[in-house]
Amino acid sequence: MADAYIYDCVRTPRGKGRPDGALHEVPPIRLAAHVLARLKERNNLPTDQVDDIVFGVVEAVGEQGGVLPRAAALYAGYDLKAAGVQVNRFCASGLEAVNQAAAQIMAGQADLTIAGGVESMSRVKIMSAGAAWYQDPDVAFPTYFIPQGISADLIATKYGHSRTDVDAFAVESQRRAAAAWRDNRFKKSLEPVKDQNGLTILDRDEHMRPSTTMQSLAALEPSFAEMGAKAGYDEVAILRYPDVERIHHVHHAGNSSGIVDGAAAVLIGTKEMGERLGLKPRARIRGFASIGSEPSIMLTGPSDSAEKVLKRSKMSAKDIDLYEVNEAFASVVLRFMQVTGVPHDKINVNGGSIALGHPLGATGAMILGTLIDELERSGKGTGMATLCIGAGMGTATIIERV
Amino acid sequence: MISYDVDKDGICTLAWDMPARSMNVLGNESIAAWHEAVERALADETVKGVIVSSKKPDFIAGADLEMLLVLDDAQAIMALIAKLQAIFKRMETGGKPFVAALNGTTLGGGYELALACHRRIAAENPRAQIGLPEVTIGLLPGGGGTQRLPRLIGMEAAMPLLVQGTRLSAKDALAKGLVDELVPAGELLAACKKWLLAGGAPNKPWWDKTYRQPGTPVQSPKGYDLFVTGVARLHAVTRGNYPAPKAIMSCVYEGMSTNLETGLRIEARHFTKLMLDPVSRNMIRTLFFSMGDARKGTRRPKGPATAEYTRVAVLGGGMMGSGIAHAAASQGLDVVLFERTPELAEKGKSYTAKVYDRAIQSGRATAAERDAALARIKTTTDFADLKGVDIVVEAVFEDPKIKDEIIRKAEAEIDPDAIFASNTSTLPITGLAKSSVRPHNFIGLHFFSPVDRMELLEIIRGKDTSEDCVARAMDFAKKLRKVPILVNDARGFYTSRVVALYMEEGMAMLEEGVAPALIENAGRMAGFPVGPLSLTDEVSLELVHKIRGEWTRDTKVPPFPGAKVLRHMVEKLGRLGRKNAKGFYEYPPEGKKSLWPGLGEIWRASAAQQDVEELKRRLLFVQSVDTARCIEEGVLTDPRDGDLGSILGWAFPTWTGGAASYIDTVGSKTFVAECDRMAQAYGARFAPPKSLRDMAARNARYYKV
Repeated sequence: MADAYIYDCVRTPRGKGRPDGALHEVPPIRLAAHVLARLKERNNLPTDQVDDIVFGVVEAVGEQGGVLPRAAALYAGYDLKAAGVQVNRFCASGLEAVNQAAAQIMAGQADLTIAGGVESMSRVKIMSAGAAWYQDPDVAFPTYFIPQGISADLIATKYGHSRTDVDAFAVESQRRAAAAWRDNRFKKSLEPVKDQNGLTILDRDEHMRPSTTMQSLAALEPSFAEMGAKAGYDEVAILRYPDVERIHHVHHAGNSSGIVDGAAAVLIGTKEMGERLGLKPRARIRGFASIGSEPSIMLTGPSDSAEKVLKRSKMSAKDIDLYEVNEAFASVVLRFMQVTGVPHDKINVNGGSIALGHPLGATGAMILGTLIDELERSGKGTGMATLCIGAGMGTATIIERV
Repeated sequence: MISYDVDKDGICTLAWDMPARSMNVLGNESIAAWHEAVERALADETVKGVIVSSKKPDFIAGADLEMLLVLDDAQAIMALIAKLQAIFKRMETGGKPFVAALNGTTLGGGYELALACHRRIAAENPRAQIGLPEVTIGLLPGGGGTQRLPRLIGMEAAMPLLVQGTRLSAKDALAKGLVDELVPAGELLAACKKWLLAGGAPNKPWWDKTYRQPGTPVQSPKGYDLFVTGVARLHAVTRGNYPAPKAIMSCVYEGMSTNLETGLRIEARHFTKLMLDPVSRNMIRTLFFSMGDARKGTRRPKGPATAEYTRVAVLGGGMMGSGIAHAAASQGLDVVLFERTPELAEKGKSYTAKVYDRAIQSGRATAAERDAALARIKTTTDFADLKGVDIVVEAVFEDPKIKDEIIRKAEAEIDPDAIFASNTSTLPITGLAKSSVRPHNFIGLHFFSPVDRMELLEIIRGKDTSEDCVARAMDFAKKLRKVPILVNDARGFYTSRVVALYMEEGMAMLEEGVAPALIENAGRMAGFPVGPLSLTDEVSLELVHKIRGEWTRDTKVPPFPGAKVLRHMVEKLGRLGRKNAKGFYEYPPEGKKSLWPGLGEIWRASAAQQDVEELKRRLLFVQSVDTARCIEEGVLTDPRDGDLGSILGWAFPTWTGGAASYIDTVGSKTFVAECDRMAQAYGARFAPPKSLRDMAARNARYYKV
């Protein structure tokens, strides 16, 4: 089996996923083309050598639909030979893209691939594409569908995360992200988005609120209490988990991942291809795995996928120096820590999606880039990226510096 | 069955008038006759347009459920639907305009037939109900209702009507678009003819390729939203026990994503599945047939002549007495309401005003009706005022001494053949009848609270109660529009005896170390409105403790399974239930009640919890097996009384068809095997009675279908 090496990672800054967000004016195809173009320029990439471009796109409809990665490659001026494909594994799509792009290399069926993802959540709203899973009564019933926010509150209820616990986690995410920016730790991967005149549209992560405190969060009302009561979601959660008397709604906008716009791309190739192109490998992909978990509580998959990929890679949790665990909701990471015993100081050391935002299709590729940058900066060796996923799944990838 | 008349203007009137039935229904014969009539009108060259009408006070009440219930083969059900759909399509596309003249109630298949007409005109008939209520008996509208109604008024408007089975007044049906026009009753046929002569066209847009559905499409972000929240809300309400409303949602979701023809096929498949589902059959059996039989008085002894009621005495103006007074006065009976003091009597009477005021506010009654009812209630503190009443219902304290005095004093005044009825909920009637000088006219009438909303009346026949008295009590039930069940005297009768087992089983689980939330959720998931501990809190732990304690003492039965928990809660901790805001739950002055955390300290939850499915089964089985015992002991003489009593009396889940039908649902053989297992695991209360064991040996059922 061939080894898959990561040669470079780029990402856009994350813009607020609202009409007043800076990237709202930029269609998703331009965000995707931007990261592809930057990857090409930074690496002097002969794009006729690119076998495939695998991009995560969750809501692949309208301007975000129709095999966007192929159109983005053409739009970014890539050679006609560079193929493209979109993948969807909900919130882990960006990491799934990395895994599939790497898999082509490892299987010996490609020499150079690009992985990544894009989501303009301000322009193509979440759930735009629809899904039999949650709207077809025949499917939603037996799978006890509840929205993710309710699932996150269910995790907190079942595993004893208080409002104080989740708020404290969020404050720390903001603190770490602010410190990382002060330290300029994202500069290696970050590629500001510019207009056709070369003027900067956005060069920083726009969602962050470094001034966040326990007091400021305490003022926020739980986001899912009313919905849980009125739409019957709390009741459905309890039907699935009848040992729970009542759902404690602890999550709100301040301790959940931000809705943002953004894109990312990762250059992956064989050792030989890197040598031929004169590129220096930054990391090797040790292994990856996806796993299904109970779909109603939905967001407990990261620890399951971590366990699976460690086993497949013949490693243990202690062998991993740094983790990126997507902060979809505070309780997701708190639960991950409970199950795996990994201390918080190894996880999301530069903040996570609560502070920075979670552009669905792109996040997995973004946090992988963040992980590599941080391993290099801190001189550490191994890292794992993992995300919780809709419908009850987890995806995890282990990398090591070379 | 269906008359055929063509007038000089070429207007054909097809009038439904089924012989030997009070209502028109869609059955094998009427469907065949309808088919023939439609084809004849379409072929008749003199006919320009067709009026579909009824010669009965109502239009068509729905499908003949007896016809449906005998079908047990998927192909046969699909074939029946296909036949009906073909006729409807012929009406819609045959080239001649059909107008439905809805003179009165038009429900289910009747409304679906009207939907296949090109126009629906309703008469201003205040008694008319229009809609598709199939879901209330566990079915879905299988004659195109889930497809045509959304195509007529839009999916968003149609869905709640379909899923809740709403029956609309003619006025509301017009407002919601279910009918096109509302006219004075005398002008109905003229209005239909006028529409036809004015050139009413035989167009059904949904058969055109260019047809666009009104309102929100299913396959759109807004449509997705409707289903995501709709499904969850439905799941929360049905807790997964009722397949019909879910199947209706699926019909709309799947069918509205395509054309009508395909949608109808999708609907037929879902309908067929439901028709073969035991839940639908349970609901039809109990809620339609058994309930209808009970209302008709099937259980009434045949001999005695029907008793007339004009005047009733109610002794006691407490919660039950005042409710019974209201029930009688609202049905036009004169009421003598007796209490110890004039103030108490007036207080009892004021309850009727309160009930009416609520009804007036929501438009269900008028001030004049309230005043008339109040005028019929005469309050008194003098037994002499009981003279001349047809029946006395006592609802005084559950104290044999007080009852004894009341019975003697009342009987001294009333006619010898007047009925004396006791509303006791637990004291044996035969015992109370010892105070009576005419025990043959002494009977138990167990009303349920709140009387104005609870339909059940448990009639308890004492050892000496005459058949004539039973018959007259049944007539009284009918007069009050209650659903009667007939029970032989025994401690707790049927309802109080068996509902107690639900509470007891919950407490037994608590003592075993089952987590309190899991106990409560198991009860709710089985389909009960509240968990067993919650119900005990409402009834009051003190009362259950007292009654069950007396029972154990008086009859030498072994202690009930919840006895220890009750004693600890009531005697050691003073936790009496909702009434002192301290029971299995705590009741903060503001906010919702929640399980008292102390429970977990006294009865530690075991590490390995029982599966919730097992807990659900226990809660259902313990009540059903005792229902079988009631049948064996002769407390019940008809399983229908057990079914109606359990469903109407304490909200035993309707999906089961009732506590007796549940045994049929599980299958007597499996039921007995499970009982034996549970008797080993949890106690002798699960041991099946001999007669049930015999049934199981033959794999017999209480009901044929």
